[in-house]
Amino acid sequence: MSPAPGAIVGVDVGGTFTDLFFYDEAQGRFRTAKVPSNRGDEAVGFLEGLKAFGAVADLSSIVHGTTVGTNALLERKGARVGLITTRGFRDVLEMRRRDRRHTWGLWGDFVPIIDRDLRLEVDERVLADGTVRQAVDEGQVREACRTLLGLGAKALAIVFVNSYANPENEMRALAAAAAAWPNGDVACSAQILPEIREFERTSTTALNAYLQPVVGSYLEKLDGALQTEGFTGRFHIVQSNGGVMSTQTARRLPVRTALSGPAAGVIAAAAIASAAGFPDVITGDLGGTSFDVSLVVGGGTSLAAQTTIDFGMVVRTPMIEITTIGAGGGSIAHVDAGGLLGVGPESAGSRPGPVAYGGGNTRPTLTDANIVLGRINAERPIGGKLARLDVEAATRAIEEHVAGPLGLDVMSAAEAIVRVANAKMAGAIRLVSIERGHDPARFAAVPFGGGGALHVGALIKEVGLKAALVPRYPGVTSALGCVIADVRHDGVQTVNLALDGLDAAALDARMIAEADAARAVVEAARLSVERIDVVFELDMHYVGQTHTVSVPLPVTAEGGTTGVDEAVIRAAFEQAYQASFSRLLPGLGIRIVNLRTAVIGRRPHFDLAALAPGPDASLERARLPSRRVWFDGAWHEAAVYARLDLPVGAVIRGPAVLEQPDATTVVDPDLTARVDALGNVIVERA
Amino acid sequence: MSSVPVDPVTLAVLKGRLEQIADEMDATLYRSAFNPIIAEARDACHGLYHATTGDTLVQGTKGLPVFVGAMAFAVKAVIDKVARDGGLEPGDTFIFNDPYDGGTHLNDFRLVRPIFRDGALFCWLASVGHWLDIGGNVPGGYNPKATESFQEGVRIPPVKLVEAGRMRGDVVDILAANSRVPMSNWGDLNGQLNALDLGERRLRELLDAYGDGVIASAFEAFSERAEALMRAAIRALPDGTYAFEDVLDNDGIVDEPLTIALDLTVDGDTMSLDFSRSSGACQGPINISYATTVAACYVALKHLFTEVPANAGCLRPIRFTVTDGSILGARAPKPVAGYTETILRLIGVVFGALAQADPTRATAAPFGTINALSLAGHRADGSRWVMFSFFGGGLGGNPESDGLNHANNPISTATIPPAEILEASYPVMFTQWALRPDSAGPGAHRGGLGATYEIEVLSPGGAEVSLLGERGKVAPFGVAGGGPAALNRFAWQTAEGWETAPMVSKITNVRLQAGQRVRLDTPGGGGFGNPLARSRGDIERDLRLGYVSGEAARTLYGWAGVTTGAAA
Repeated sequence: MSPAPGAIVGVDVGGTFTDLFFYDEAQGRFRTAKVPSNRGDEAVGFLEGLKAFGAVADLSSIVHGTTVGTNALLERKGARVGLITTRGFRDVLEMRRRDRRHTWGLWGDFVPIIDRDLRLEVDERVLADGTVRQAVDEGQVREACRTLLGLGAKALAIVFVNSYANPENEMRALAAAAAAWPNGDVACSAQILPEIREFERTSTTALNAYLQPVVGSYLEKLDGALQTEGFTGRFHIVQSNGGVMSTQTARRLPVRTALSGPAAGVIAAAAIASAAGFPDVITGDLGGTSFDVSLVVGGGTSLAAQTTIDFGMVVRTPMIEITTIGAGGGSIAHVDAGGLLGVGPESAGSRPGPVAYGGGNTRPTLTDANIVLGRINAERPIGGKLARLDVEAATRAIEEHVAGPLGLDVMSAAEAIVRVANAKMAGAIRLVSIERGHDPARFAAVPFGGGGALHVGALIKEVGLKAALVPRYPGVTSALGCVIADVRHDGVQTVNLALDGLDAAALDARMIAEADAARAVVEAARLSVERIDVVFELDMHYVGQTHTVSVPLPVTAEGGTTGVDEAVIRAAFEQAYQASFSRLLPGLGIRIVNLRTAVIGRRPHFDLAALAPGPDASLERARLPSRRVWFDGAWHEAAVYARLDLPVGAVIRGPAVLEQPDATTVVDPDLTARVDALGNVIVERA
Repeated sequence: MSSVPVDPVTLAVLKGRLEQIADEMDATLYRSAFNPIIAEARDACHGLYHATTGDTLVQGTKGLPVFVGAMAFAVKAVIDKVARDGGLEPGDTFIFNDPYDGGTHLNDFRLVRPIFRDGALFCWLASVGHWLDIGGNVPGGYNPKATESFQEGVRIPPVKLVEAGRMRGDVVDILAANSRVPMSNWGDLNGQLNALDLGERRLRELLDAYGDGVIASAFEAFSERAEALMRAAIRALPDGTYAFEDVLDNDGIVDEPLTIALDLTVDGDTMSLDFSRSSGACQGPINISYATTVAACYVALKHLFTEVPANAGCLRPIRFTVTDGSILGARAPKPVAGYTETILRLIGVVFGALAQADPTRATAAPFGTINALSLAGHRADGSRWVMFSFFGGGLGGNPESDGLNHANNPISTATIPPAEILEASYPVMFTQWALRPDSAGPGAHRGGLGATYEIEVLSPGGAEVSLLGERGKVAPFGVAGGGPAALNRFAWQTAEGWETAPMVSKITNVRLQAGQRVRLDTPGGGGFGNPLARSRGDIERDLRLGYVSGEAARTLYGWAGVTTGAAA
């Protein structure tokens, strides 16, 4: 198939594989590809994957979910950064919020991403009300730049105290520094995060600078490679908020790519589930070491204002809220001195991996338990790298490390491992649903990635979910997400306004200005969109509180005004506060702390029917030899099917196993699976 | 209700479910609280407690560590009251802050709620949070000059705040009338009620799902397991008696050191902590009650034996000996507002004694003072402002690493309010918020650095300043050959220049004019191991980063190089 104009490719570069999803908008056709990732030189796998669809020059647009930023953060492989800050405040980044790594236990230290000798102070001061008490001394800024360059700094961050209230000194320092700095990797905190709280703002600005050269050179390399191939289309990046941005914006705000890859997966899972009639879902990505869950309500993803990448490394920018727990396929099962069984957080990861992979690990993992129970097919391992899995070794490991200490037989021990892991996953789902006031009976689980579909039955039963929906291609969900994600730009500004006697006209003007600025970024991305939405949210609280509630405003920007007024804001606040805390506190003053603006360019509708099984799919064709699978204390003869060959409307009663190259779906004896019109497998109570 | 056997897998599941309930109660209060000491500094705790003993059944994983041990005594105080007066009904919630009956100090308000099932008491839920002000001579309650509890604030014994589901307005009115900031307290009280409501809802759902008998059995199993783990940890220590002592600078009234002495005996799988050689009760506010002493030992042991879960079972193998009426077993109305200082010293003493028993688990002394600093005055519009905060310092060197720079004390996981939040809330300006060079105790693994905070008063009418701190005379100690950290220092500006207090870190009613500053230099942590054994690379890095001055490197670390960098 030769790509026609209008072809778009989503590329998700993971640690082991690069997944690609090709979609020809004109003809409504798609293809997928999977190639090995080339760590350190991702461009190689990237291009190789693209070429699987024909000439790269024929593509009109490429959207990329990347982990380059994530990895640079986690592995501390960012650039050497210099920081210029207010006199007296050079140590903010290192002092953090005075926290420690663990509640219990006092060991361990902390190394900030910018060493102390690369953090310099200049004379300047702005007060909390925005008054400039002391103008910045630009000569000192230039001198600091020279010192930092002499020390080998490649990127520069400028963060002044209270710059959220008035960026004047910071912007003047930025101008002086930009003239003295040999490259464009210079930013001040008012450009990155004009929000109150100096540590969070410093950390976010510093991490942005830390990533700028890394992400910049990565994108440059990809751009170069694409140009060599004659590509003249548009090249975009998925942000942590699940929206798409231009590579130009990504180079300016690389910190917004910190969760790019996982965000794309959640976007796709939400879209697939909505199209299938499940607007309320909890997505779950079970990897080697962790289980990542995210809540989707009414088809929309939830955003968190802040994420901690690692101890002391805080990124404050809207990100799809992903809750991670330490339970993955490689999580190690163990029995402690008090006789309690645990699974994880210690993990064998993908290397050496589960015992059955023969990579040298001898302690049993969750995957080993699934193999011993017959849920994973040992004869046809996922990924296709191994010919066969070593069931005997997995059995021995469970016998020695779990069955023996607990006084159980080995099958009961394997089942116990799966139960404890299920309980942890269920806990994570409860955390994002019940604990936020959502009734789980309304929700379906959407597992994506390789492992989640093994556990859907337990999640339905343990949490009380309505159903589970396994997308037709769980392994390429993130790549698909790249193709369908909207274009988006978020902004935040601390405003600190009392609601009583609010100058609504001034706030309105500010909202319009923020909306216009964000809209310009979205339009500059030049991706085709059906319409552009402007969404406002205020962070508000009662005077005296320090935490805030997010208050979505029922207004948008039209004809140069939002029409916002005091009464509209008060009603919205009281509704949001009541939903969070049940008790309103009448008579207390109310304050607007931050204004959050999101501008979203809605992409053309993507018809997921393109993914549905063809007319030649049939139950007979899909049927594979049955095999024994252990459920609830006994072996059951389970039907086995090649999942991709199942026709629309097929209904399969448990116990059954549905196999496909990149995932295994287990249907428990008391559950039923059916294939919907889009080719998704819906697992429900029988 | 009869108890039923619970399989180990269900136990593992329930452990997570129950901890989640307490965690969620914590989170609800943090988010809806009014004063930054709860909202930002997380000076609060929630849990589930035994129906008849008050023993801790389940604690949140994020609650303030010192409360984890003290809450059981608080619930017991309510149990005793009910036994005495009767009248317990479903829908009741008790409130109190009596430090002699449940530990800690007057600012910590406890809400205790019975959970009934089928007409019988099943267990208790409790919430504790630090309220900003509850009267007394000094805004914020940390009155270093108090000689009786009456000067520290109003003391409320256990009373019903909610009676059979109906809030008692008269009790609320009494509380409001006794605070400088009644609206802040009102907000926090509502936050605590929110947390209890949510915890009750979640617990009832869990009881309905699993059955009361299963949950009750699980509680007992968790205690037994904690006990087994604690006994295993003690058994691994060599038998013997290990003595360690440290001192408090003074009590703020009489400038004499006060001793906290421990004879720790390991005997098989039991441990005895004998504090008999400690000082008698003092005049000033650094006495603590027996409940607080036990709670503090619990914190110390939990930091050393991190694998032991947080419930009452872990205290079963441990015997405490505390002289009644001593500094560690104070009775009403001995003042206790500064209890944090005493328990920090006590925790250090447990660390010091156990470092002798097992150096591989050792931690040198953390900075050891909370530095409760209050600045108060009136704004131009006449409204009163009270800025009250605690400050950080260094943790101790340990076998694994240097101590953490600018951390919180072991009794707390509180985050510090951002300078920008403080400046936006109060008429002050920070002129320094920095690490303090040469404040760490030297060692093969040195301590973490303390900090320097300098604050200028902006309000035209000036401000009144009080501080309750420690470590001004005897520095945090090192272990295994490591050296002590720097002392705590406090100074303020007058027309004549900088001044310091005779009691070093305890002072009230210092008047500052607009434009004048206070400065607090906090200690680092003690060092671990011989400083001469510290790697040259690490010393040179410390010099390059300005953690250690050239002079200190030469005198303390035997470094022979020449300073060229930007070392302070």
